[in-house]
Amino acid sequence: MKRVTENHTPALQIRQLSKTYGDHFEALKGIDLTVESGDFFALLGPNGAGKSTTIGIICSLVRKSSGSVSVFGHDIDADFANAKRHIGVVPQEFNFNQFERPIDILVNQAGYYGIGRRVALERTERYLKQLGLWERRWEPSRTLSGGMKRRLMIARALIHEPKLLILDEPTAGVDIELRRSMWDFLCDINQRGTTIILTTHYLEEAESLCRNVAIIDHGRIVQNTSVKALIKQLSVETFVLDTRDELVAAPEVDGYRIARTDSHGLEVEVASGQSINPLFAALGEQSIEVLSMRNKTNRLEELFISMVEKKLPETAA
Amino acid sequence: MNRKEIWIAFATIVTREVRRYLRMWPQTLIPPVITIVLYFLIFGNLIGGRIGEMAGLPYIQFVAPGLIMMSVITNSYSNVVSSFYGSKFQRNIEELLVSPTPNIVILLGYVVGGMTRGLGIGVIVTLLSLYFADFSIHNVPVTISIVLLTSMLFSIAGLLNAIFADSFDDISIVPTFILTPLTYLGGVFYSTQLLSDFWANVAMINPILYVVNTFRYGISGVTDINIGWAFAMVCLSIAVLFSITLRQLEQGSRLRS
Repeated sequence: MKRVTENHTPALQIRQLSKTYGDHFEALKGIDLTVESGDFFALLGPNGAGKSTTIGIICSLVRKSSGSVSVFGHDIDADFANAKRHIGVVPQEFNFNQFERPIDILVNQAGYYGIGRRVALERTERYLKQLGLWERRWEPSRTLSGGMKRRLMIARALIHEPKLLILDEPTAGVDIELRRSMWDFLCDINQRGTTIILTTHYLEEAESLCRNVAIIDHGRIVQNTSVKALIKQLSVETFVLDTRDELVAAPEVDGYRIARTDSHGLEVEVASGQSINPLFAALGEQSIEVLSMRNKTNRLEELFISMVEKKLPETAA
Repeated sequence: MNRKEIWIAFATIVTREVRRYLRMWPQTLIPPVITIVLYFLIFGNLIGGRIGEMAGLPYIQFVAPGLIMMSVITNSYSNVVSSFYGSKFQRNIEELLVSPTPNIVILLGYVVGGMTRGLGIGVIVTLLSLYFADFSIHNVPVTISIVLLTSMLFSIAGLLNAIFADSFDDISIVPTFILTPLTYLGGVFYSTQLLSDFWANVAMINPILYVVNTFRYGISGVTDINIGWAFAMVCLSIAVLFSITLRQLEQGSRLRS
């Protein structure tokens, strides 16, 4: 996982991309973005930030106002057929014919890429089996559960074996077990060389899966770096401690801000780079036994919220 | 895409369209057949027997070509408009829009899909009409070519309607308020010789008059209009609508944000 290949042509190169809806609403304000081949890349941002517009332009469902996009060196305007051949897209909302059967949806999609029926059927069987849909292949797709429909869209996006897979919130509304199995599947195809771009609201997902990340807000890229580098920017982390004995008040320890959350819980703020060994030593001296410790929120989420909140207009207060 | 890939994409769209209307056969195949049988019963047998002759033909033989052509027109049109708009509504048109399939192949795929239904219904109605009326084909090339061109013309028109449609109301407005009146006023049930000069001249701007009369000429040798002129009009209409529809697809307006 998290391997960037030696191929020097970027999987995706976006230059000065802008999009204005109607006369006034600027969804994208001249963004630049490069995703290297083999990367597992997260595109994060609050609702309405411009993530889906960016993805829509890359896969030609949205018309850009200006700028350029190339996929593995193929410009989406000048060389659209080759650019499209390299892209597989899993949109946020279900966009297949609910009356068609999974097997037909996949074979038809292969046909639109010029793939003959024999190969299409082989790949259909492979992907439906890998994604646990093979037994339901003859049933109208409207009868599938939400998670199955989402997996069907992943299988459809992979049927022409694209080098770049774009997933717009693929695990939204999916239960935890299924989400984990989808992560494993995505990691597997990334390891086999497919570049993946992911938008998600589950920041744990981005932190677990992705090597690099861009944060988009109000139509601009506000961060574009590696997940590790981004997390280093986190100035304070908040940990939640569960104690064995009941606490009547928060203990005082020099160098740490500690708050009591309930009778057996504490929240401790730890600055970036600060050791937590002295904290445990001090708690031990006060006869406070810690049973478990965890992050209050996902680290990336904490950072993301702080970044986006800084940019909120004053009227939000 | 190379030629083979383009052919596969085209065949995929056509096959999917055929499967769609076969899957929905109680909605797509049975109603038009019942409607035309009722027309034959009422206008052909019951009323037609009292009318006598029209343009030198027994009335049932006069209306039969018009009724066949009417079924070809409405089914070609309605197949494409409902299928394409349905794809827009469910957003599965995006499956095609994200693929490298050229726009002209998308256009031709939908049009040929619509033609298979229009022509299929036309064949069924022709076989049924033989039960009600005796007729032979006067000019085979004219009959076949005009029915193919008509089916193509109205399939393209259906696609254009679907591209512009923003709601299901929009795909029923054209058939209800334009196509049906033009069909009824297009010489299916009467000869323009019955009209005054003024209304006969007005009728000449109705494209359905040309296709119905040309088809009637192919079947029975009787026509109110010049056949060469009719073919020219139909071909010109196809060329114009084809160009507009392809341009819409190329620009992506009303399909892409």
